[in-house]
Amino acid sequence: MSLLLFTVLIWVCSLGAGLLGSLTGLGGGMVIVPLLLLVFKVDIHYAAGASLISVIATSSGAAAAYVKEGFTNIRIGMFLEVATTLGAIFGAYLVAKISPPAIAIIFGLVLLYSAYMSVRSQTVKPSEHPPDPLAARLRMNGEYPAIAGPTAYSIRRVPLGFLICYFAGLISGLLGIGSGALKVLAMDQAMQIPFKVSTATSNFMIGVTAAASAGIYFQRGYIDPGLAMPVMLGVLFGSFMGARIMPGTPSRKLRILFDVAILILAFEMLFKGFTGKL
Amino acid sequence: MEQGQNRWTDERMDIIISLLLRTGVILSAVIVLIGGIMYLVQYRHLVPDYRIFRGEPTTLRHLGSILHGVATFHSRSWMQLGLFVLVATPVARVAFSIFGFYKERDRTYVLLTLVVLSVLIFGLMEH
Repeated sequence: MSLLLFTVLIWVCSLGAGLLGSLTGLGGGMVIVPLLLLVFKVDIHYAAGASLISVIATSSGAAAAYVKEGFTNIRIGMFLEVATTLGAIFGAYLVAKISPPAIAIIFGLVLLYSAYMSVRSQTVKPSEHPPDPLAARLRMNGEYPAIAGPTAYSIRRVPLGFLICYFAGLISGLLGIGSGALKVLAMDQAMQIPFKVSTATSNFMIGVTAAASAGIYFQRGYIDPGLAMPVMLGVLFGSFMGARIMPGTPSRKLRILFDVAILILAFEMLFKGFTGKL
Repeated sequence: MEQGQNRWTDERMDIIISLLLRTGVILSAVIVLIGGIMYLVQYRHLVPDYRIFRGEPTTLRHLGSILHGVATFHSRSWMQLGLFVLVATPVARVAFSIFGFYKERDRTYVLLTLVVLSVLIFGLMEH
């Protein structure tokens, strides 16, 4: 395959991933690594490097829109970024220490978990945890624009959320993904921040988290410009199109389609990892 | 009254951050695109092989040598510079937040943001 065809094909696939990721709200970054690895036979380090770049692009692009809408809580984001960036640096270090098949297995598990997170019901349970005084001291409680007008919320279990965010950062640095599902777990589940605020703030944090590991990725030579170029431009253009076509609530059918794709990729990654065919 | 002033600066900060992120992403995409077009024109018939990890040449690993390549119109250096601009975008956002929180006289968050910026700079330093 010539370089021109290779580049165009990767661009088209990345565009599709960015479009689907944006329409479903799940982010396209997660499918980039398996796509490059399984379809284009790209080494896992180069794949992670290109994916990390695309994650920074979509996160920053989408954050620009979200921040304006007022869902993003910049204080929560900044506080948790201490954890995610530290985790991301450790994760980026670990890439060289862990064998590619083991990375593929971890990747498969994270994909399975992300698929589970997206199908589980999002009913709000009344909280049995009291608002965390630490959140009040750090001025993290806020309000967001709901249909009925500005709605206030208070935050719980700050230390637990911080810990999960460290882990989310580690996974992001290790796999070259945004690990938005883990960040939402920390905020939505542990800290009981409203779902819309959680997803917007998680997206806001993803770019900074990925930027923390990018320096190490550059210096270790994981980022190949010829590969990252079509991936970044494709994902960016795709997610931009997605935001234009259908802003707001994702359609259920698309979500199921994307979940099925993630499940298939998860099992493929696990299979590759266990058979050591990398 | 003070609460009202804080809200105003919070919103103002949101708008500036939003603008900063958008500008960074667009600038980066344009530089990557220019490099990408040069790259494809130059090497379109080569056969790419990313199966085995060799690591990038040292000229593409550090900002100094990348800038040198950009000055000599090396296509891969141009693309890499665009990617650097992209990585710098969230870093610039964090750096700006220090200023924003300082304007709001929020000392705790100035400190927290400084910690995040230090971690980011540590990540970008030579290892």
